Amino acid sequence: MAREISFEFNGNPMKMRVEDHWTLLHLIREELGYTGTKEGCGSGECGACTVLVDNRAVNSCLYLAVEIDGKDVLTIEGLASSDGTLHPIQQSFVDNGGIQCGFCSPGMILSAKALLDESPNATEEEIRDAIAGNLCRCTGYVQIIDSIKSVSGHESKEPRVVAWKTEETNGGD
Amino acid sequence: MKNFTYLLPRTLDEAISMHASHGEGAKYVAGGTDVLVKINEGKLSPDYLISLRHIIGQDRPFLNQETGELYIGAFVTHRAIEKSPLVQANYPILHDAIKNIGSVQIRNVATIGGNLVNAVPSADGAIPLITLDASVNIYGAKGQRSMELLRFFLGPGQCDLERGEILTEIVIPPQLPHTGSAYVKHGRREAMELPMLGVGVLLSLEEDLRTCAKARICLGVAAPTPIRAMGAEQRLVGKIIDENTLAEAGTIAGEESRVRDSIRGVAWYRREMVAVLVKRMGFKALERAERRAR
Repeated sequence: MAREISFEFNGNPMKMRVEDHWTLLHLIREELGYTGTKEGCGSGECGACTVLVDNRAVNSCLYLAVEIDGKDVLTIEGLASSDGTLHPIQQSFVDNGGIQCGFCSPGMILSAKALLDESPNATEEEIRDAIAGNLCRCTGYVQIIDSIKSVSGHESKEPRVVAWKTEETNGGD
Repeated sequence: MKNFTYLLPRTLDEAISMHASHGEGAKYVAGGTDVLVKINEGKLSPDYLISLRHIIGQDRPFLNQETGELYIGAFVTHRAIEKSPLVQANYPILHDAIKNIGSVQIRNVATIGGNLVNAVPSADGAIPLITLDASVNIYGAKGQRSMELLRFFLGPGQCDLERGEILTEIVIPPQLPHTGSAYVKHGRREAMELPMLGVGVLLSLEEDLRTCAKARICLGVAAPTPIRAMGAEQRLVGKIIDENTLAEAGTIAGEESRVRDSIRGVAWYRREMVAVLVKRMGFKALERAERRAR
């Protein structure tokens, strides 16, 4: 069966006919064509398909598209400003080496955003809990956690060693 | 995914009549984090999914001030329970368990009722609730009934629900004064993992804050369904809670468990860990009871 739903997609009000059995992931990638949201496992284990629905992180592969009726959906494409300026969390992932192959990054960044919107001073433990459902197969977790920590108000001011450079050399780039 | 029609009832009666009229092809769904995976894997192929998400009044746990009972709607998400100040302050054992179920993404949609009706031996949600003497309310075409949660589980994947019935609510009775409780999920990692073993301990103390007035010891993955180690509980009642009595209770609980070898761990190790973890959770429950008394 198909039905018409209304929702906000990255800030834009939309009306669409959706099939009952479509997942939100299918709607985003195949129907709307936004491919920043990734499909990894398709069973809620990896978090690559994480998007925010009413500011809460969900696995879009296990969320039916019809359920976003009346809700706000945010994907990674909705984070940067229209002039291309990155969201502070995105910029921090770039600055801190939080991105390797990039497949987990959209999900990681959205999980981090949901956390920091709710607790701007999140501790490392809260950060680890928030991204526990996002797997990084490059295993670059240390840099990912650093990236999120440096946007959180809880950040410590100790010098950080980033994968390929120390903080002292940062000024010269 | 397989094609199906998604139905969105607003009341329990509406949901039950939809289920009755669509017969074999109908399946209830709440958060969907298990049902949708099973549909993807071809283990379920319903023609109609009846969503219980939009039934009214299911957003958070609430305390009945007159009776002291805590009511948790079955379609309340794990995240809502985890974030509930009421649960954090008064039912820490529930918080211990819920915060490590799945991931934030899963807890944001998966419901406590869904966790219970799946009736897997590892059901993390069930152990603390049984430790707290919870009962469940069930609603169907024949009306409402309630039962102890412990009796609700019949076997792996099987619970005491008749066709078309819905688990609607979990009720936790008021706790005795000087009560502390704690749960631990034992496994290789904390998040995104089913437990190798789950152990919940509740202790209610006499006025001296040392003598045990009531004990509950509940084990997950130690038998085909959640079980209470009643011999171990009996051993504690009337005794001073200390290293020796908790160690004794742990050993008895290990003997009472019906652990087996599985991919997550072998039986002898599980049995030894029951003893260790009962003692450890006993101390944590004691500490929490003492802290509340101060």
